[in-house]
Formats: sequence, structure tokens, C-alpha cells
Amino acid sequence: MSDPFRLPHRPARRLPAGGRVDRSAPLRFTYDGTRYTGLRGDTLASALLANGVAGASPSLYRGRPRGIATAGVEEPNALVQVAGPGSEPMLLATTLELYEGLTATGLSGRGRLDPGPDPAVYDKMHLHTEVLVVGAGPAGLAAALAAGRSGARVVLVDDQPEPGGSLLAGHEEIDGVPALDWVAAVREELAARPGVRILTRSTATGYYDHNYLLVAEHRTDHLGPHPVPGVSRQRLWHIRARRVVLATGSHERPMVFAGNDLPGVMSAAAVRAYVNRYAVLPGHRAVVLTTNDHAYATALDLVAAGAEVSALVDTRPEPPAGLVDAARRAGIEVVTGSCVVGAYGDAAVAAVRTAALDADDAVTGPVRDLACDLLAVSGGWSPAVQLWSQAQGTTRYDEDLAAFVPARAAQHVDIVGAARGVLDLAGCLDGGFAAGAEAARSAGFPAAVPATPANSGDTRPSRPRPVWLVPGEDGDPSTWHDHFVDLQRDATVADVHRAVRAGMRSVEHIKRYTTIGTAHDQGKASAVSATGVIARLLGARTPGDVGTTTYRGPYVPVPFALLAGRERGPLFDPVRTTAIHPWHTAHGAVFENVGQWQRPRYFPLAGEDMDAAVLRECRAARAGVAVMDATTLGKIDVIGPDAGAFLNRVYTNAFARLAVNSARYGMMCRADGMVFDDGVTLRLAEDHYLMTTTTGNAAGVLDWLEEWLQTEWPELRVRLTSVTEQWATVAVVGPRSREVLGALVPDLDVSNDAFPFMTARETRLANGVEARICRISFSGELAFEINVASWYGLAVWESVIEAGRPLGITPYGTETMHVLRAEKGYPIVGQDTDGTVTPWTWAWSGSSPGRRTSSENARSDGATPAAATAGNSSACCRSTRPCCCRRARSWSPTPKRPCPSGRWDMSPPATAAPPSAAPSPWR
Amino acid sequence: MLLIACPWCGEREELEFHYGGQAHVAHPAEPEGLSDSQWGEYLFVRDNPKGPFAERWSHSAGCRRWFNVVRHTVTHEILAVYPAGQPKPVILP
Ligand SMILES: [Zn+2]
Repeated sequence: MSDPFRLPHRPARRLPAGGRVDRSAPLRFTYDGTRYTGLRGDTLASALLANGVAGASPSLYRGRPRGIATAGVEEPNALVQVAGPGSEPMLLATTLELYEGLTATGLSGRGRLDPGPDPAVYDKMHLHTEVLVVGAGPAGLAAALAAGRSGARVVLVDDQPEPGGSLLAGHEEIDGVPALDWVAAVREELAARPGVRILTRSTATGYYDHNYLLVAEHRTDHLGPHPVPGVSRQRLWHIRARRVVLATGSHERPMVFAGNDLPGVMSAAAVRAYVNRYAVLPGHRAVVLTTNDHAYATALDLVAAGAEVSALVDTRPEPPAGLVDAARRAGIEVVTGSCVVGAYGDAAVAAVRTAALDADDAVTGPVRDLACDLLAVSGGWSPAVQLWSQAQGTTRYDEDLAAFVPARAAQHVDIVGAARGVLDLAGCLDGGFAAGAEAARSAGFPAAVPATPANSGDTRPSRPRPVWLVPGEDGDPSTWHDHFVDLQRDATVADVHRAVRAGMRSVEHIKRYTTIGTAHDQGKASAVSATGVIARLLGARTPGDVGTTTYRGPYVPVPFALLAGRERGPLFDPVRTTAIHPWHTAHGAVFENVGQWQRPRYFPLAGEDMDAAVLRECRAARAGVAVMDATTLGKIDVIGPDAGAFLNRVYTNAFARLAVNSARYGMMCRADGMVFDDGVTLRLAEDHYLMTTTTGNAAGVLDWLEEWLQTEWPELRVRLTSVTEQWATVAVVGPRSREVLGALVPDLDVSNDAFPFMTARETRLANGVEARICRISFSGELAFEINVASWYGLAVWESVIEAGRPLGITPYGTETMHVLRAEKGYPIVGQDTDGTVTPWTWAWSGSSPGRRTSSENARSDGATPAAATAGNSSACCRSTRPCCCRRARSWSPTPKRPCPSGRWDMSPPATAAPPSAAPSPWR
Repeated sequence: MLLIACPWCGEREELEFHYGGQAHVAHPAEPEGLSDSQWGEYLFVRDNPKGPFAERWSHSAGCRRWFNVVRHTVTHEILAVYPAGQPKPVILP
């Protein structure tokens, strides 16, 4: 397959020596179906450039040819999808480490999720540390060293395979040795300290409150697409740090001129990284365009690597003489006070046109053509303040640096090096040492500030001259359709102009209107350039007058699989099962989830669908006997001398005078009078009640009770304990349930007189198990609930089945339960209510006064109609004294009269005359 | 995610806690004496300051105790932690 962007007729672009690539380790890889060879140490991008491949797919909307533009995480163009199990889309060629057999396909802005399963393991780690340093460039290494020497725990995080940051791309010297030797020594010292942890291939993606950061570590991605046994593919670190030092570096900005998207137009710093770090020459004949000192090093390195530099175009009329002299000595023509006003070429840049600019950035004088296959551009430097901004730190526009720099911190964080606008090596080391020592000190570890070693090769830059919008040779901004502001979004100056003409002034509005900065790269490199264009079009003096957008996490795209970690499949959410669950499974139950509980929905026999099964189960409950696992109902022990008084306050009806071994239905409201929960509460002893709640609301009710007990009524001597899982509950239901009980507990008199409705008996079953049997009903049938310690649940269930077998006892599930209770008109809190239902409207939902009692728990039983609502005295909306909505306790469908306060009095009507329509008590 | 110092357990992740809204909103002693708007104030109206704010937290996945926190609503800095029932500490602006 021929690649239209491949540049023919060129010698090999891999330099014969240098770089941090292993020439003894050639790696074969495939890109867009063509096979190539790279080296260990390459990224996919550097390997493609070494093969003369532009390395990006055509643009998303306009189909324009694009190429690799950067050497890092800010890359706007070079998106790929990597083949393999769990094929991952939207990866950057510039950050993807090459491995043997890598197979990638270029993407035009859109990837495809792999529908197959992802066999890799992703996991999480939680870590506390005194000092977290983000970025292992010179400033970050210095900070980690200073903090680490204090004995404080230090974590150093960097996204590259090895520390060094910008030093990897240059040839500076520190302490009299090559900078990377110094880096190696620092790394060795840090690694020897037990309290220091270095995480490479790890990106800090999010910075949250109280110095809580997420770090995504790539553990095996550089080895290949297949899972490595025993090692997670990626790991998400949750790190809590006393102090954070951000040494996140900076991104070189692109410039906005005609044709600035052509393959071969690259960041000057990226060109330098490809030459020095990867030993790749991205072009043979280059033009360098710069607004600042930094690109001079790129020009010199290109010449040293054997490329021709046709011209170095500096926007500044008077660049520093030393730099100009050095360039000219290397044979480079330096063109000052000028700019590239257009780049041209079919599939890639073939020529640029340059012209002088006046003080207002207007073209003056003649335009000149320069042939080239590489245009290295430095539009200035934007401190990487993304994490700083996520941590709520503010920025301000610095005119001397022409950049937004950190201003005020909102957390215990410092920011050093290029990330705060310090661009010289000595300044980065100074700032790093000082910040690291200070971070350790303020975390309680006295630390000295190490002396900054001698260093050379990267001096303090002079003032840049940004040109935010390079004018086109003709037309006006409305026609500049090839001046790209956001390459990934194909957004141009003409698009921004249209937004401004439509009346937009805010960067945030224009960003949303034009989609600038919203692609995968989130405008890391281009956002400030875009702000500059907006400023020009609005007539503002500087981007600082327009302002910047705020940054949100994640800093780089993060796979959902990593966020999920091991919490997927069965581990996604805890599953709760009852002691009787194995029986349900063995007998073909179809389950449904109720909260986290798995409950049998119905028990189909062979050939039955749900309707047939439910009809059969209902018939058994109505005409014979049926049995349900009711274990999942919430159960709360309410114990203490004031337990009765407490229940009086939390329920709308009274419990203090309930007889021991008797049960009462209660309804619970929130302070706003809305129904919150209901259930039957049983008094087990003078100072001991057992409250039941709806299945899904058990934890919420316990929280609610605790809240009122602790914060409003701390004087009450009551303790609450969840005992849901301590008791298994078997509900035996139906007109013949009494016969089953008789067989189970021969010694217990279960006659209506001896064991009336809403009472309980402590007894021992025939099989010797201690049990509490309650005569309460769920769905209006005669019913008994057998409560036993959980570990006897299955055995007791089986003995109930055995005892009922002669009577055709039928297990049933939640579906039948719903049919039974609905046919009786019993609503369920949370299913038939939605938090806007008062006891009063709830009661009205019943079809007759006798049935307005309701609920999963409420239940009058068929043998004793109309009983459950028998509340009388006080309590409800958390007052210790009567109030209106408190009186909802004995709700009636008839509003009698408004309270003096204006709220409805819901005391029982003298005569129960139903209203003609259901009014709202809150009007 | 906040790091909250439970008065009983020490510093724990926010995940372990349950938020309880503004602190020091006492249940009215005599609700029946209140007008609708006064009752509505109690139920629904809370302060929303930009700055120190006294609020309730429960260590629901820990000791299950309720307590109070003064938190700066802009920076999330926690300025004070004190048991339920104690008066609001004086926080200097
Ligand atoms: Zn606690």
C-alpha cells in the first residue's frame, strides 16, 4: 500500500549515532498496513519519522493531510488505534512506546471501541505520602532530591520511561557532567532511599481536593498488547500528599498562519527532541520560525545533525546578539523582525513564504519564498498549569513571558520550573531544590536546600515577541480558512471570526461555539494560541485581557477500564444473598435485584413462563399454603430504656405502650412530612424492639434513626444495631399456613385465640432450632413469619417445605408478592411512592379505608381484617411535641380543617367521609 | 475528595463519610406555632456562604458518629472539627 504522505527521494532519516535509542534492538512494526522497522527507545512517532512517514491521518472534517506536530502528550494530529486484544483507540503516536510487532492504524479523530472482552487486568493502589512531586525534569528531580534527603516519604511521578524531562532532548551539563549523567546519579540516590518511590510511565491525570491526586501508570503497554501474567496492564494510583510540588514543564505553542497544518510543520522543541533523543532527522531542509530564544538551539542542532537550515526567522527586530552570532557562525541565515506568512505544499510542506512585520504585526515589504521540507515553529511557551488549575490555583498573564503563569495556590502546593515560567536550567534547579526542601519542612521534616550545581547550556531567555495572528497575504480574518487554530477540530481563524462577529466575547463561549480546545488534546499546546487569536480579533491588547479557560481532569485520556480496575463483572457491586439462596438456585428460581439483594422473582416449573408461574404461586397463597424467603427485609434492634420513647418520635404512631411480644405497623416520615419508610415493629422486651424496614431502605432508615438520635435527642438512652443478616425469615402464607405451623411446632398453640394477629412467640421448632414466630402478614393472607438465626435459615426453610409438602406448599417470589399485595391495595414505599407522598395522599391511594394501611410490611391478615393501623398517641416529624404533620400518624383520607398554622390538620376525622378529590395537603 | 478528621477515628477519606448539610439548624421546639413560611424556612432554606461554613458529617462507613465541621466552601480547607452539640467555634475571617 502506498502512503501518499511518504516523502520519496530522501536518504534515511535515522542519524548514525546518538539519541537514547538502542541500535542493537531493531523492532518491526506496522502502520496503516505497511511494515517498517524502528528501534527500542522509539515512540511510534519517532519511528515513523525515521521512516519518512508523516504519521497522521487526514483531518477529521476537511480531510487535509496532517503530520506529526509534536513529540509528546500535546500532540493534536497523530492519533492511532493499536491492534490486539482489547484494541485501544485514540492513542498518541508521540507517547506510544514502540515494541516488536506493534500494529497501529492512523485515526482521523475518531476511534472504534473494541467490542470484544479486554483480557487485561487493571488495578488500583492507595498511597499516602508527605511530598508528591509531579514531573521528573530538572526542577522535579531537584525537588524530589531535596525532599527525599529529609527522610520524608516522597513520590516522584513522570510520564516518560525515564526521568530527565527536557534534559532528554538537549545536551546541557550539570555539575561538570552531561545532564543525563546527573539525572542518573539523582535517580540512583533517590532509589536508594526507602521512603522514596519513583513512578515512571505514570501521568498525574487529576488533582482534587485536599491534595488528592490520581496517577495513571502504564505497566506493560511498552511490552506489547498482550497481558503479562501476574502484572496489571495499568494501575491507578490514588495518592494523598501533605505537600505537592508541580514540576509539569511547559508546552511549546504553535503559531497561526496560512497552511500551518501541513505535514512538516512541527514544534521546534519537538524537532530538537527527535534529533537529540530519538536520533531522527524530521527534515533535511528546514526553516525555523521563532518568537523567542529557544528555537536557536533547534536550528543549531539541526545543522549539527546534517540538515540544512535555510533560514531562522525571528519575529523580534533585535534578537540577542549572542544567539544571532552563533547561528550565523553555523551558516544559518537569521531573518529578524519577520515571520512566516504561509506554508505551501501538496501532501507536505514544500516551501514557506516569509515577510517582515511591523510593530502592529502587519506585513511590510516584499514576500520571499524559501524551499523546505520542515518548518520548526516556536510560538512561545505555555506553562503546563493544567493540574495547578484543577487544584483551583489561579493564573495571571505575564507580559514579559507572554504566557499565563501560576498566581495564587488554593491548596498546599508549589509549582516550579517551566510550569511557573522559569525557562533556564539554573532557575529550574534553584526553584526545585527550594520547593522540595520547603515541602518537606512544612510536612514536618527539617530539610536543607541543596546548593545548585554548576550548569550550562540553557540560559535565561530574553523577552519574546509573540505574534498571535500572522496576517494572511490577502483577504481578512473572515476568509482565513487555512489559518488553523485547533488542528484536531479543524477550527480556523475564520471560525473564530464568525464567533466574534456573532457577538461572543467570552473565551468560554467562543470555545464552545468553535469547539476549539475540546478534542482529545484539550488544547494543551494550542489553547493559549487560540486565546491570542481571540484577543486580536476582539482588539484586546493581550491574551491576558481576554482571559483563559479553566482546566478539568483528566489531563490525558484515561481508559474506563483503568478507572473501573477490578470492580467489574461480579465485583462491580456487592451481591447480597440470603442463607436460603442455595435452595432457590437449586430449584430454578428466576432472580431479581432488590438493592444489592438477589431475591427470587418466581419459581417456574418446567414449561412455565412467568405469568403461569405467578398465577400458580398466587393460587397457592390464596387457597392453600405458600412460602417466601423474607430475609431481606431490613431489621434493626432498638435497645435501651428510652427505646419506646424514641420510636414514638420517629414513627407517626406510638410504640411505647405496645405489649411485649406484640407487633405494630408503623409509618415513618421525613421532617417535611413525606413518607420515608414503613414496617412492623415488634416489642421483644421492655427495653428491646425489633424494627423491620423495606428491603431497599434498610441502611437509609438506620442512618436516619442514628442521625436523629445523635444530633437531636442525644439524651435518649437508645442503641441501634442492624441485624438484617443475623436473622433468616421464612414467611408461611395462606389459609392452610396454620397447619404447616402446627406440624413444625407441635408444642405451640397456633389457634386464632391463643396466637392472635400481630403477636409473636419465642419457641423451639420440632427440629430443635430456637425460633421467633410472628403472626403478621405481608399481603393480607393468614401468615406466620418464622425467624431463626441465619445459619439455621436453610435447614428451617427445608423443614417448612417438608412439613408443607402434603399440603402442596409452593415457594413464591417477589412477583407473586407484588400481585398479592397490589390486589389488596397495599402500596410499597419506594415503589409506589417517590418521596413526594404524604401519609395522607398515601392513604388515599388505597381503595378503601380498610385497605389503606399498606406496604410490604403493613399487612392486616385475612383472618383479622383492618388492624394494622391502630396507632394513637404522638410522634412523627421528629418533634417531641405534637405538630400538624406529626398527626399524620393516624392519617385519614379526609382533610378536616387547616391548622391554625395553615397546614392541614390530619387528625382522624369524626366520620370518615371521603373527599370528592384528593387535595394536596401543601396546596 | 476531602480528607476529614473524624473526632473519634482521625483522618479518613471523604468516601467514608455522609454529608448532613448545614449544622446548628435545630428542630423547632414548637413546630405548631410556626407559620408556613417559618416551617418552610426550617425545612428547606439553608445558608450558602462563600467562605467558612459549619456543616454536619457522619462517619457512616466508620464509627457512625455525627459531628460538625467548619469548611471553607471555596478552598475546601477544613478550619475546625467538633462534636455534635458543641457551639460553633469562632472562625476569624
Ligand atoms: Zn469515626
